[in-house]
Amino acid sequence: MPSFVIQSKCDGCKGQDKTACMYICPNNLMKLDKGRMKGFNQEPDQCWECYSCVKICPQQAIEVRAYADIVPMGGAVIPLRGSDSIMWTIQFRNGNVKRFKFPIRTTAEGSIDLYTGKPNSEMSKLNDPGFFNLLAEDLPKVGA
Amino acid sequence: MGSFGNPDIETVDTDILIIGGGMAACGAAYEVMRWAPAGTRIRLVDKAAMERSGAVAQGLSAINTYLGDQDPADYARMVANDLMGITRDDLCCDVGRHVDNSVQLFEEWGLPIWKQPGDEEKSLKDGGKPVRSGKWQIMINGESYKTIVAEAAKKAIGMENIQERIFIVKLLLDAKEEGRVAGAVGFSNREDKIYVYTAKAILLVAGGAVNVFRPRSVAEGMGRTWYPVWNAGSTYAMALQSGAELTMMENRFVPARFKDGYGPVGAWFLLFKAKATNGRGEVYMDINKEMLKDYPPYGLAKVPATCLRNHLMMKEMREGRGPIMMRTDLALQALAASYEEEFGPKEAKKKIKHLEAEAWEDFLDMCIGQAGVWAGENIEPEITPSELMPTEPYFLGSHSGCCGIWTTGPSDLAPQEWQWGDHPPKPGQDPQPGQKNYNRMTTVKGLFTAGDGVGASGHKFSSGSHAEGRIAIKSVLQWVLDHKDYVPTLDKGAQELAEEIYKPVRTYMEHKDYSTAEDVNPHYITPRMLQARLQKIMDEYVAGVGTMYTTNVTMMEIAVRKLTELKKDSEKMMARDLHELMRAWENYHRIFAGEAHLRHMLFRKETRYPGFYYNMDYNFVDEENWKCFVNSCIDPKTGEWSVFKRAHKDLVAK
Repeated sequence: MPSFVIQSKCDGCKGQDKTACMYICPNNLMKLDKGRMKGFNQEPDQCWECYSCVKICPQQAIEVRAYADIVPMGGAVIPLRGSDSIMWTIQFRNGNVKRFKFPIRTTAEGSIDLYTGKPNSEMSKLNDPGFFNLLAEDLPKVGA
Repeated sequence: MGSFGNPDIETVDTDILIIGGGMAACGAAYEVMRWAPAGTRIRLVDKAAMERSGAVAQGLSAINTYLGDQDPADYARMVANDLMGITRDDLCCDVGRHVDNSVQLFEEWGLPIWKQPGDEEKSLKDGGKPVRSGKWQIMINGESYKTIVAEAAKKAIGMENIQERIFIVKLLLDAKEEGRVAGAVGFSNREDKIYVYTAKAILLVAGGAVNVFRPRSVAEGMGRTWYPVWNAGSTYAMALQSGAELTMMENRFVPARFKDGYGPVGAWFLLFKAKATNGRGEVYMDINKEMLKDYPPYGLAKVPATCLRNHLMMKEMREGRGPIMMRTDLALQALAASYEEEFGPKEAKKKIKHLEAEAWEDFLDMCIGQAGVWAGENIEPEITPSELMPTEPYFLGSHSGCCGIWTTGPSDLAPQEWQWGDHPPKPGQDPQPGQKNYNRMTTVKGLFTAGDGVGASGHKFSSGSHAEGRIAIKSVLQWVLDHKDYVPTLDKGAQELAEEIYKPVRTYMEHKDYSTAEDVNPHYITPRMLQARLQKIMDEYVAGVGTMYTTNVTMMEIAVRKLTELKKDSEKMMARDLHELMRAWENYHRIFAGEAHLRHMLFRKETRYPGFYYNMDYNFVDEENWKCFVNSCIDPKTGEWSVFKRAHKDLVAK
């Protein structure tokens, strides 16, 4: 189910050093055609359909067309990812539509507070089991 | 500026090098910053962008390892049974006792975790009860699982210490000290640049192996593998080539999933209580249950080993009683009926709608492609059942599989022979007793691993991999602190490495004008065709889908010969751009992962994993002679393989 870029919507992420889809694709598939200033999927048969490019595209210019060698035409699965939830539209081949909304995150993006309120590590315990925030003596006992 | 034929070379000196950006790497990054003394140099290198890299890139709908009040020893028992008895209890118990801490962090960072009614506002850490889909699994809203975990990791070590879009392809050994890792080399897939790293210690966490076997879909759908298509076996191949001992590489995972989309079945079986039937509507687990008695004790457990459940299903397929159907329709109808009885029609309707959303979310959180298949085929699960199909084989150490690298275990749980430090064991020998132990170190000094990299301890999943990355990095740091005066000396010069890495580019440039069609040229082979050839060999001779997972000694011997020729030809791979150069190097890695698998299978004179593969010359489990680890390594100087047994030990009573 490779991703594809809708020509009329893509602006090549103008003014940025790389496009959002190029930045995110885990398999390095998205490429910028510098002549047309449009992104495209350079190796559609290696697309995992993870939708990372679809979700990140600021223009909502990327969708996914189900694998031509497997799936009957006409269906579509379209996400709209917000800061705390994602909305999915499932369009069936027969025209039926379903919509779902799911939470994705309970905190604001970028707000993770890593270590505040957590214990410091004690270097003498580096070689013990446990983590900086979980002492060896507080680990669940094996076979208890 | 480098050019396509002439890359720039940058050398980076670091104390700790983390190769990979998935769950284990993120765990390591978070943990290490709380321990590392000021001035410790740490570098994390990811082939992709951490925000969406690794096996959790797409998200997940469940965390499959959260123990809660359960005993880590019980967890180790479950893992051992599921993997037909040959696992490392020390490693499994170690993951089991640490894993919940990582899950609790995920929740704190913002990952929504489903709670039991009444506990919605209570965190796991404060005793909130999760919704369990199984004994060890908890349900989440996990679309952003990886972005959340990566955010914490990136913040912890800082983007200035992270390099994305660099593919590390080789580990480098120390020129002065045998069996010690001294660095690594890789290239950017965005600019003409080679990176040579020197490091005092390396955490190698680059995932499992996909696309070694011919996939069931061979055209556009080739990318819809079950495990991520970008996992190229780099962890196993790089470890092997540097002389590290691998273990249980004969193990593979063949998940039975929704056909074509490879959507998850766990929630359907566990949460919705769906049954799978053969083409006649019979429940294959019921009609074939006698077959489980052939494999005591693994078939007799409350949940029989995953491969054995496949084994029962495959009997139906082989004998023409397919297709195998997941009866989503019956399951949802039964739930609807019970809701109506319990809550009345109005409330039941609401609950059913909720249930329907949960069923779809299971796909949309982690396997969106399956939702696409259902949309295109007009499948509404409450009305239409869906086909199941066993996939092509995968190599991994974190899911229901246990291939990987042979490592030390924790000092307080592992027996002497699974502990070492400055004097790792030679192939087939035990290590000298009494040396200081470094948990999760391979048999190459200074080289550590976690997640899919650690063999003989499956069922870590996402959370266990994160926790194991944290466990391993503490040992990495201890190693670096204990070897302060060590100065890495690379066994190869930067220019020589650059030549080696860019060889496919040179091959292309030298020969591209010989023929009028770029793809057809007797002087080189495209990475795509080389991969297809590897997949054809593995599929047809090494028990892929083409032979319904069966092989025998003669077939495997042919495969060894064919792979040997393929390896020679791989030196003639070409690359027209940096993307194709990445594909070329992924294929070098796939070949080594595939060869390790084949050599292990050939060595093991039994069929340890019926339902994953069958060696028809030895189609039985032989507990007396083969309840042992099969390990292997390559001599990094000669390339010669050794494959040998290591004794298995039960540390928790089974």
